[in-house]
Amino acid sequence: MSNQQNVNQAATDLAAAASELADKAAALAAQMPDAVQQAAAAQGVDFFLTGLIIFVLACFVGYHVVWRVTPALHSPLMSITNAISSVIVVGALIAVGASAIGISKWLGFFAVLLASVNIFGGFIVTRRMLHMFKKKEG
Amino acid sequence: MTAFVTLAYLAASICFILALKGLSHPETSRRGLVYGMTGMGVAVFATLLLPQVTTYGLILLAIVIGGSIGTVIAQKIEMTALPQLVAAFHSLVGLAAVFVAAAAFYNPESYNIGAAGAIYLGSLVEMSLGAAIGAITFTGSIIAWGKLQGVISGRPLVFNGQHALNAFLGLMLVLLIILLCATQAPFYLWAIVLVAFALGVLMIVPIGGADMPVIVSMLNSYSGWAAAGIGFTLQNPLLIIVGALVGASGAILSYIMCKGMNRSFISVILGGFGGEQAAGASAEDTDRQAKIGSAEDAAYIMKNASKVIIVPGYGMAVAQAQHALREMADLLKKEGVDVKYAIHPVAGRMPGHMNVLLAEANVPYDEVFELEDINRDFGQADVAYVIGANDITNPSAKTDSTSPIYGMPVLDVEKAKTVLFVKRSLGSGYAGIDNPLFYTDNTMMLLGDAKKMTEDIVKSME
Repeated sequence: MSNQQNVNQAATDLAAAASELADKAAALAAQMPDAVQQAAAAQGVDFFLTGLIIFVLACFVGYHVVWRVTPALHSPLMSITNAISSVIVVGALIAVGASAIGISKWLGFFAVLLASVNIFGGFIVTRRMLHMFKKKEG
Repeated sequence: MTAFVTLAYLAASICFILALKGLSHPETSRRGLVYGMTGMGVAVFATLLLPQVTTYGLILLAIVIGGSIGTVIAQKIEMTALPQLVAAFHSLVGLAAVFVAAAAFYNPESYNIGAAGAIYLGSLVEMSLGAAIGAITFTGSIIAWGKLQGVISGRPLVFNGQHALNAFLGLMLVLLIILLCATQAPFYLWAIVLVAFALGVLMIVPIGGADMPVIVSMLNSYSGWAAAGIGFTLQNPLLIIVGALVGASGAILSYIMCKGMNRSFISVILGGFGGEQAAGASAEDTDRQAKIGSAEDAAYIMKNASKVIIVPGYGMAVAQAQHALREMADLLKKEGVDVKYAIHPVAGRMPGHMNVLLAEANVPYDEVFELEDINRDFGQADVAYVIGANDITNPSAKTDSTSPIYGMPVLDVEKAKTVLFVKRSLGSGYAGIDNPLFYTDNTMMLLGDAKKMTEDIVKSME
C-alpha cells in the first residue's frame, strides 16, 4: 500500500515538475517573438548604419561624376537621372509579386505602372536627344 | 539566391555610375545610355528572382501598359516641350515613391521590416520620409509642369502668411510622423501624404517662370532623395545608391542654375521673383530712341562680317526658329564668315535646353560654346545676333547695382561691333527688367517673330 502511495506521490511530483517545465517553456516561447523582433530591430539599426555609409559614399561618387558632365549635355543628364531614379520599381515589384492579395499588391501595381512610364519614356527621350548631338562634318 | 540578387544590384549600381560618367562628352554619351539601360534591366530581372516574388502576371501587365505609354510620349514629344516632359516624369517618380512606401506599410512581411501593425520604428520613419518627399515631388512637379506648359500662369503667386503657412505644414508633417510611429495607424500615413501634397503645391506656386530651370533641377534632386528614402525603408542598397546619385545630380544642377542667375537657392525657393518690377521700369525711358532695322539691313551687315556670334534664348525655342537659324548660319559659312553660338547657363527653361534645340537643328556641338568659353570673343566679333534672349545679355547686370539682376553673369554682347537684337517688341524680358542694350548706338533692333525674321534674313542673303 505504502509502496503504491510512494509511486503515486512520485508520479504526482513528476507531473507537477513536468507541468512547471512546460509552463516555463511556454513562457520562453512567448518571449521568443519579442527576442526575434529585438534581434531583427537591431539588424535594422545595423542596416541603417550600413545604409548611411553607402548613401554618403554614393553622394560623393555622384558629386564627382556629375561635375564632369559637360554643360551641353545637362538636359540629357536630367532625363537619364529621371529614368534611373525609377529604379524604385524594384521596391514595387516585390509588392506586386507577393503571394498575398491585398491593398499592397494594387499599390505596387500602380507604382510599377508609373515607374515603367518613366523608365521607357526617360530612356527613349534621352536616346533621341543624344542622337542629335553631332560633330562638325569633315 | 538573395546573395546573387545583391550582387546583381551591385552590378546595376556600377552601370548607373558609368551611365552618368558617359555624359562627360557627347562621344561617350551613347555608350553611357546603354549602360543605364543595362543597369535597369539587371535590377528588374534580379528582383524578379527574389523568393518573395511569386506571381508575374500583374507585373507584366503594369510594365506593358506603363512602357507603352512612356514610349509613345517620348517619341512624340517636341524638343521645345522637353522641360514640361521632364517635370511630368518627375511627378511620376514622386507618386511611385508614395505608392511603394504605402505598399511596404500594408505588407511589411514581404520586405522583412516587421509585421503589420508592428513595423520597426526606424523603417516607419524612413517610410514616412520617403512618402513625404515623394508626395512633395509629385504635386510640385505638376505645378512646375503647368507653369512650363502655360496651363498655369508663370507669374509668381504670392500671398500674405505664405511662409508661415508652409512652416505650419512642415511642423504638421513632423507631428504626423511622430503619431504614425506611435500608433502605426494607416490614417496617419495618408495624412502625411495629403499634407505633403499641399506643401508641394504651396512651395512651387510662388516661383516665377524665369526661375523654372532651378525648380526643375530641384525636383529632379527630390525624386532622387525620395528613392534613397525608400531604399532605407526597404533596406535596399541599390535604391540608396541610385537615389544619392540622382539627388546629387539635381542638387548640382540647381546650384549651377542659381549661380547662372546670381541668386541664392533660398531666395529662389522663397519665390516672388519677376512679378512686380515690370511696371516701374518701363515708364522712365520714353526719351530714348532705339534703332530699328530690317531683315535686308541685317543680311547685309552679317554677310560683310568676318565673325558672327549667335546668342539664342528661350524666345528661339518658342518661335521654333532653330532650323531657320542653322540655315542662316550655313549661308554665312558659305560666305566665309566664322559662326559660333554662345549659350548662357540659364538660357531656356531647363539646364542645357538650348544645346538640345541646336543639336536638333543639326548644329554641330563643337560650334556651340558656354558662357565662360566664349565671353572674351565678343570683343573681336563683328556681329552678335541675339535671338529670343534678353535678360542674359542685359549689361545693367554689370553696371546698375539697383537692378534686380545685378551681379548675374551675362554675355558681353555689347562688345561686338554690331548687336542685332531680334525681338517681338521693345518690352522687357521674362524677369520684367528693362534692357539698356536696346538703346545703344551699335544695337539694331529687328522687331518681329524670331523665326519669321530669321527666314527673311535668309531670303535676302540668297
